[in-house]
Amino acid sequence: MSDRPPHSWGHYPKTQQQSQPLRWLGDSWQAREGRETWLAYGQGRSYGDACLNDGGILLLTDALDRFIHFDPEQGLLRCESGVTLAQILALILPRGWFLPVTPGTKYVSIGGAIANDVHGKNHHRAGTFGCHISAFGLQRSNAEHLTCSTSENTELFSATIGGLGLTGFITWAEIKLKKIVGPHISQETRQFSNLEGFFNLSKESDQDWEYTMSWFDCTARGNKLGRGLFMRGNHSNTSDNIRAEAIRHPRLGMPLYAPGWLLNHFSIRAFNHLYFQRPHIPDRLTHYDPFFYPLDSIAHWNRMYGRRGFLQYQCVIPTQHAQDGIAELLKVIAHNGQGSFLAVLKQFGSIKSPGILSFPRPGTTLALDFAFHGTSTLRLLDKLDLITRDTGGAVYPAKDAHMSAASFKQYFPQWETFSQYIDPAFSSSLWRRVTQQE
Amino acid sequence: MSNIMILGATSAIAQHVARLYATRGDQLFLVARDKAKLKAIADDATSRGAAAVYTYAIDLSDNTRHTSLFQRADQDMGHLDILLIAYGTLGDQKACEMSVTTSLAELQTNCLSVISILTLAANFFEQHQQGTIAAISSVAGDRGRQSNYVYGTAKGALTIFLQGLRNRLSKAGVTVLTIKPGFVDTPMTQDFKKGLLWVKPEVIARGIVKAIDRRKDVAYLPFFWRYIMLVIRHIPEFIFKKLSL
Ligand SMILES: Cc1cc2nc3c(=O)[nH]c(=O)nc-3n(C[C@H](O)[C@H](O)[C@H](O)COP(=O)(O)OP(=O)(O)OC[C@H]3O[C@@H](n4cnc5c(N)ncnc54)[C@H](O)[C@@H]3O)c2cc1C
Ligand SMILES: NC(=O)c1ccc[n+]([C@@H]2O[C@H](COP(=O)([O-])OP(=O)(O)OC[C@H]3O[C@@H](n4cnc5c(N)ncnc54)[C@H](OP(=O)(O)O)[C@@H]3O)[C@@H](O)[C@H]2O)c1
Repeated sequence: MSDRPPHSWGHYPKTQQQSQPLRWLGDSWQAREGRETWLAYGQGRSYGDACLNDGGILLLTDALDRFIHFDPEQGLLRCESGVTLAQILALILPRGWFLPVTPGTKYVSIGGAIANDVHGKNHHRAGTFGCHISAFGLQRSNAEHLTCSTSENTELFSATIGGLGLTGFITWAEIKLKKIVGPHISQETRQFSNLEGFFNLSKESDQDWEYTMSWFDCTARGNKLGRGLFMRGNHSNTSDNIRAEAIRHPRLGMPLYAPGWLLNHFSIRAFNHLYFQRPHIPDRLTHYDPFFYPLDSIAHWNRMYGRRGFLQYQCVIPTQHAQDGIAELLKVIAHNGQGSFLAVLKQFGSIKSPGILSFPRPGTTLALDFAFHGTSTLRLLDKLDLITRDTGGAVYPAKDAHMSAASFKQYFPQWETFSQYIDPAFSSSLWRRVTQQE
Repeated sequence: MSNIMILGATSAIAQHVARLYATRGDQLFLVARDKAKLKAIADDATSRGAAAVYTYAIDLSDNTRHTSLFQRADQDMGHLDILLIAYGTLGDQKACEMSVTTSLAELQTNCLSVISILTLAANFFEQHQQGTIAAISSVAGDRGRQSNYVYGTAKGALTIFLQGLRNRLSKAGVTVLTIKPGFVDTPMTQDFKKGLLWVKPEVIARGIVKAIDRRKDVAYLPFFWRYIMLVIRHIPEFIFKKLSL
């Protein structure tokens, strides 16, 4: 038992729970006294309360970091659930393999990546993380140890992928890797001067580019609304240096919390202005690390938002409403002026995930941070939710600390089907929030 | 490729050492008392690229099992390049004060059994005229303190034994390394409040591998403990005895 207070990436909300570090797959879980529930906690890279369990017990997985089997011929890797994508990359890259799907940070555990069914810059080509999981072990509170796959315990397999950690404890997982030749990405960056430019570039790029993603200026308005930089990349065929520097760890860090005033309207505008006015960025070969994980180079960058923390808003707007819906959202955000340094747009594809409760669906996804300024921030998110709901879109639970139960139930009408697979001794702060009676 | 024997392979520090050698493609002989844990560590080492991994489950504080260690290693790997002794227990000091049996059991695990192994190892390595014997002692062995002097006695005696052994084996071309970690965040210290001086076991593991690579004699890990202990050793006893350390 430890009194280390785990928090989520956004440092919001603040919760109180006990935590128990697990060291071996066979370790028994600490007894629950009274009404307490369990929840697994990976690397705490979820922004909101998906990885928190106020008043309950968190089962910490970071010491469950052993590989179980690696087949470098077939590209199959089996490991304990606390292994991080960074640890996987360090193992597989020198042998010519890569992650089939990766989120924007490599410091997430494989258990967390399954439970949120994470997506990456190649969603339009490869679908979600869960599409590449061949099997995993699931330990339930009734002491059952199940193997779940597309042929065994298939319902729990689908419920656990994107299941927000509620179906039990993932003990190990097996992932199908992607063959690559070298560690480099040939990258192109294109400017777009408004939202239409983004949609045109997406249409043009999704065929020939495996990875696409855009940063946009959330302070621009009027005919510049949605201006930004479109980045696209493919694995390069040059095999040089595959053994060199398989992985990069942060050289910089935020040792302390920044004071609240640092991130004001003015500094964000200035940053966005400078960033998007940069001269043309040449096409080039980049190492995969800065391409996929630009933020990982600054450890604890989240402390930039100060002690009060921050919230992220990530939604997806279905294809048929994407252009209008996103424009509407951007107007509200620009008008409000609370937006973050970096805001992201990306086109999701139509590959279906096996996960019942998975977030991605065909359309356009938007993500950006808001420093927490109290109720004004929450009211802004309410407004954004109204727009997202109108379009039939959804908000990403992995990033969320705010959406109402009504919104959640509209975004995820399958939640009731999903509920029957929940382990009765598991719960999370997020789940209690989004399923409460209103 | 080196042949490496790790005793107490389930220790958090030792697990990270095993990972580093496995990644280098070395051959490992892992010893600990729990079969299931040993298997998990062996699978991990194999996945990381170890040339071969052998496991052997015994209670290392049982002196009668020690000769079998070297017979087995000899059978499985031929010779040994590196022996790392990592097992240990941080007994309950208060319980030791209340019970002679408990104190002696602590000394058996952390000191006498290690000396038993080292005696056999010395002869084994001396025969082959090469290799490194490394054992994890502790900064706690540098000076007796009220909070853990039974453990400190065991580690202190171990440090002196290693010193003597180093003197003897240097003539045979065998390196003897005394590893003295400071505060390490492992299951052994799970219930301690962690402050600035605490480090993760992987940091100590990197230090151990580096010290073995460089054929060092003594390694304080992290390095600053050398200076902390220098100060602590030099506090006059008439003052030291009044402190609550
Ligand atoms: C900088 C940054 C960039 C990001 N970019 C993206 C992105 O591009 N795409 C994307 O999809 N996400 C992205 N994320 C979010 C992140 O990928 C997810 O929140 C991920 O799930 C975090 O994994 P974790 O190991 O930290 O899990 P945690 O946040 O600790 O937990 C997440 C969920 O997984 C569950 N869980 C963890 N381990 C287990 C287990 N062993 N068994 C059962 N349940 C378990 C928890 O209960 C919880 O519900 C980003 C996050 C950051 C900080
Ligand atoms: N942590 C620190 O702050 C610190 C500081 C200085 C020195 N050290 C030393 O570092 C070494 C490694 O400890 P650690 O920190 O890595 O702690 P750890 O993870 O708790 O490791 C201790 C290991 O010793 C094993 N062990 C104990 N008695 C044994 C026996 N009779 N037979 C076989 N194995 C036995 C335990 O095995 P089981 O898993 O089977 O119990 C356990 O794996 C120890 O010698 C310790 O004294 C630690």
